[in-house]
Amino acid sequence: MKPAPFTYHRAASLEQAVALLAQGGGDTAVLSGGQSLGPMMNLRAARPSQLVDIGRLEALRGISVAEGHVRIGALSTHAAIEDGAVSGPLGRVLARVAAGIAYRAVRNAGTIGGSLAHADPAADWPAALLALDARIHLRGPGGDRAVAIDAFLAGAFETAKAADEVIVAVDVPALGPTARFGYVKFCRKPGEFAEALGAVLYDPGSAQARVVVGATGSRARRLPAAEAGLAAGLSPAAADIAALLAPVLGNPSALVLKRQTAAVHRALQEVLTDA
Amino acid sequence: MSHKGIGASIPRKEDERFLKGRGEYVGDLFRPGLLEVAFVRSPHAHARILGITRPIKGIVYTAADLAAVPPIRAQINLPGYRATEQPILADRKVLFVGQSVAMCLAKSRALAEDLSEEVGVDYEELPPVLDVADALRPDAPRLHEDRPDNLLSVLNAEAPIDAIAAAAPVHVTRHYTNARQAMAPLEGRAILAEWNDRADQLVVHVGHQNPHVFRAALAIALNLEERRIRIIAPDIGGGFGYKAPAYPEEIAVCWAAMKLHRPVRWIEDRFEHLTAGASAREISGTVHAHADAEGRILALDVDFAVNIGAYSFWPHTGAFEAVQAIGIIPGPYRIRHYRARSKTVLTNKPPQTPYRAVARPAACFMMELTIDAVARAVGKEPHEVRALNLVSAAEMPYASITGKLYDSGDYPASLRSALSAIDLPAWRLKQAAPRADGRAIGVGIAMYTEHTGISTNTFGTMGIALMPGYEQANARLTPDGDIEVAMGVQNHGQGMETTMAQVASEVLGIDPGRVRLLHGDTGLTPYSTGTYASRAMVMNGGAVAAACERLAERMRPLAAHLMQCAAHEVGFSGGRATGPGGATVGFGEIGRLWYKTPNELPPGVDPAGLDVTAGYRPEDDRGAFSYSTHVAVVAVDRDFGSVEILDYVVADDCGTRVNPMIVDGQVLGGTAQGIGTALYEECLFDASGQPKSVTLADYILPGPTEIPAIRLLPTETPSPKTRFGIKGVGEGGAIAPAPALLNAINDALRADGVELGAAPATPDRILAAIEIARGARAGAAP
Ligand SMILES: Cc1cc2nc3c(=O)[nH]c(=O)nc-3n(C[C@H](O)[C@H](O)[C@H](O)COP(=O)(O)OP(=O)(O)OC[C@H]3O[C@@H](n4cnc5c(N)ncnc54)[C@H](O)[C@@H]3O)c2cc1C
Repeated sequence: MKPAPFTYHRAASLEQAVALLAQGGGDTAVLSGGQSLGPMMNLRAARPSQLVDIGRLEALRGISVAEGHVRIGALSTHAAIEDGAVSGPLGRVLARVAAGIAYRAVRNAGTIGGSLAHADPAADWPAALLALDARIHLRGPGGDRAVAIDAFLAGAFETAKAADEVIVAVDVPALGPTARFGYVKFCRKPGEFAEALGAVLYDPGSAQARVVVGATGSRARRLPAAEAGLAAGLSPAAADIAALLAPVLGNPSALVLKRQTAAVHRALQEVLTDA
Repeated sequence: MSHKGIGASIPRKEDERFLKGRGEYVGDLFRPGLLEVAFVRSPHAHARILGITRPIKGIVYTAADLAAVPPIRAQINLPGYRATEQPILADRKVLFVGQSVAMCLAKSRALAEDLSEEVGVDYEELPPVLDVADALRPDAPRLHEDRPDNLLSVLNAEAPIDAIAAAAPVHVTRHYTNARQAMAPLEGRAILAEWNDRADQLVVHVGHQNPHVFRAALAIALNLEERRIRIIAPDIGGGFGYKAPAYPEEIAVCWAAMKLHRPVRWIEDRFEHLTAGASAREISGTVHAHADAEGRILALDVDFAVNIGAYSFWPHTGAFEAVQAIGIIPGPYRIRHYRARSKTVLTNKPPQTPYRAVARPAACFMMELTIDAVARAVGKEPHEVRALNLVSAAEMPYASITGKLYDSGDYPASLRSALSAIDLPAWRLKQAAPRADGRAIGVGIAMYTEHTGISTNTFGTMGIALMPGYEQANARLTPDGDIEVAMGVQNHGQGMETTMAQVASEVLGIDPGRVRLLHGDTGLTPYSTGTYASRAMVMNGGAVAAACERLAERMRPLAAHLMQCAAHEVGFSGGRATGPGGATVGFGEIGRLWYKTPNELPPGVDPAGLDVTAGYRPEDDRGAFSYSTHVAVVAVDRDFGSVEILDYVVADDCGTRVNPMIVDGQVLGGTAQGIGTALYEECLFDASGQPKSVTLADYILPGPTEIPAIRLLPTETPSPKTRFGIKGVGEGGAIAPAPALLNAINDALRADGVELGAAPATPDRILAAIEIARGARAGAAP
């Protein structure tokens, strides 16, 4: 379990990082916290010939509050977010999600940008940030662009990010005073990836409702019909949720459907009972 | 000095270096010119090797290079057993995914792995046999083509029980399976071998529990005299039985070190461990219990199979699991009519080897789930049926139906103690009331009696290659008055650097801090078969006491001379020799007299000096039986299939506890591993024999968040057979958690009609069982 040979670059600037990626072709990988890339390289399941370490780039750090949203630098670690790097009601929601990722040792190094770029179908941030309606800021050779998370997530380990683009930051809309967040993740034990995941955002004040299922084997998905019901303050029955999930999950086994239904159902219960 | 001898919970001496990160493991060693090894391993479960292409550059060895090294062959005197021949590097065939085919050496492990990618092996794939039923089919592909079938051994304990069974009013039949596991020590296997010309020796640093046994294995494999091999087992990050056999990789590394006259090291990584080392616990069986209407078991009929994998390991052999299981299935119960039949079956999986408690977890699993099934059948509480069947204290010593002599204990008291701690009536009330979270509550019990300190008597009947005999320890007084004790067992987590010092302290009255233990080195210690089978404290504890007593006899005349009293007036306490009228003399004075100023010695002293070796084996060495009751309370989530342990009690008795804190640690650690067996750990294979649980992301080990606050209720019933009344405790904790937790889950899901008989009880298994039971109810409805 030692990686195949590779060359290592520590990027001095975002521009240099993007240039190295553009020159390297598909064979060059960005290194952030190394918590996904490291194990894959050790198993030789990933064999990039070059690594571009972006870990020291100031441009990817920091958290700032702007009109209506919070901007989270891509290098923000799960641990920093868990410890309250983002303030207010949104910060508490993000801290809760972060605290449920892996173990503290992994959270100390793993980053929100790395998690989104990696797009593991069972990961936490893609599902949670889909429920929270985040936007992803990318820098590539052609300049900057921002993509809504629903368009960013493409499939298992697939995103709209080009190979020569770097995730710079994530914008997450601030939460209103009446907003509630429900999050239910089922996994074998803490630190394991989710086998079922429901994430729900509900703001009765603004009638905003987003219902997400994660751990789908592909990308996290919204459930529009459940969102419509929730916006009207309705609590769907488990059987109705199962009917909505079955096509989204693409012929799930009875066990998978049962668990996913329970995860989404319980996340909905959480926002509806937590008055 | 406060009492620090037997019975004192003093902190572990060895923890000072461990807690500071200063332990010394094989991976910490450095040697100039060291070569690291990566093995080329089979990607197929069953295939013929057609050819091997080596890279143009680099050091690569295959079976052809090791032609002079004989295959590993383990013998045991059991009718119906035929040894296998395991090549050091696979030659004609590979029999499991991960089997070593070639070894690659380079300056770093990464470079060796690069080199291994350049080795080309041509395989002709053969159909694999993975489970027992497939392997036993008459037309099954044979792993070893020189054998008529895939049976390693057949072991039966026949008895005429049919008439009694038929007459019994209650019959219960259940099928059980225990999944294959990996032992998953923190540190994998590790070895560094080098030739030392000054000593004319192969010097081997290796993570091994039994250095002398491993030396014997190398002597056979390398055709080298034992005096020309020195095995040093430094600190070891957990053994659990995994580091007791002789494996091909270690032999290959030693061969290469001799061939190249260079130091060579191999360190097993987690991927290798979870593929090629997936090697424990896979046993399945059917139990028929025949009981009276009260639940008294009148006859027990067991038929089980051990999926032993591709080869029989050296020295105890793959047949050992069946021997252990058959002997102990009746457990702490008064079962007088018993028949057991077993098959040990060769399959295309890694060779199965003994893991903490060997086959006893499976034996206990079969017995304890059956007790609960009988309780259901007669409509009683499971504890009532246990109480009815338990051997009582008045019956001790008790000769079991399988010929074991349970030396001492009060099994019913153990059950009562655990039950009262758990407060069963209170849980029964909670169970009946609906819960806000919808989870189902259940309580489960499991009990066992464990044969510890297994010795010559037991192993002798088996005729294995190396059986344990008298255990020796060496004790000596240093010139400045401290004690050094050398012992042949190896300490790798048992706390023996502390407990053995406590034994010395008990005899000599010296502070354990002044007793240094030497162990794990064939060059420095007396011979021993090593640390396994919960034997070290019983056997080596007795040997250390004997050596210290003999040393005391040698010190006595010298102390008498210094205090000008008679030898018989000399005692030992507070780290000093004592004489009449409050006279004392320090051990340092005795050391000075003997070593530095022998001109002052009185006439007639024993010239053998202050350095003695003495030995021990209990006069009646049929073993000392520890026993335990585990009670678990669980909450089962019927949607996710997950289990939370709400309470867990262990009433444990291992005789005299040399260091109660260390005993607690052993019981807790074993219980944690047993919780892994019960709920999490499973080496999965696909239909082609590919392992599917190859990282710790898919092989789930319980961690701190899965282990509840286990409550311990220790008692001490000293063994009448052993020195100080000690019984072994190293393995016990791991035996009972799976049946206790499965019984608890089944209790919780009783209303759902669920009765699981397969461990681990994963969320998938639990949900599937709920679905099947629901389907059955729906089908049964009019
Ligand atoms: C034991 C363990 C348990 C885990 N459990 C969980 C869990 O429960 N839930 C969960 O969600 N995750 C879990 N993870 C994954 C963890 O969250 C990782 O930290 C995360 O997936 C990757 O972040 P990273 O910064 O370490 O990225 P890296 O490993 O450095 O990179 C991952 C991938 O993203 C790319 N990349 C990284 N940063 C950027 C960027 N800024 N722009 C473009 N591309 C980039 C890399 O090239 C690589 O392909 C676990 C990991 C481990 C080791």
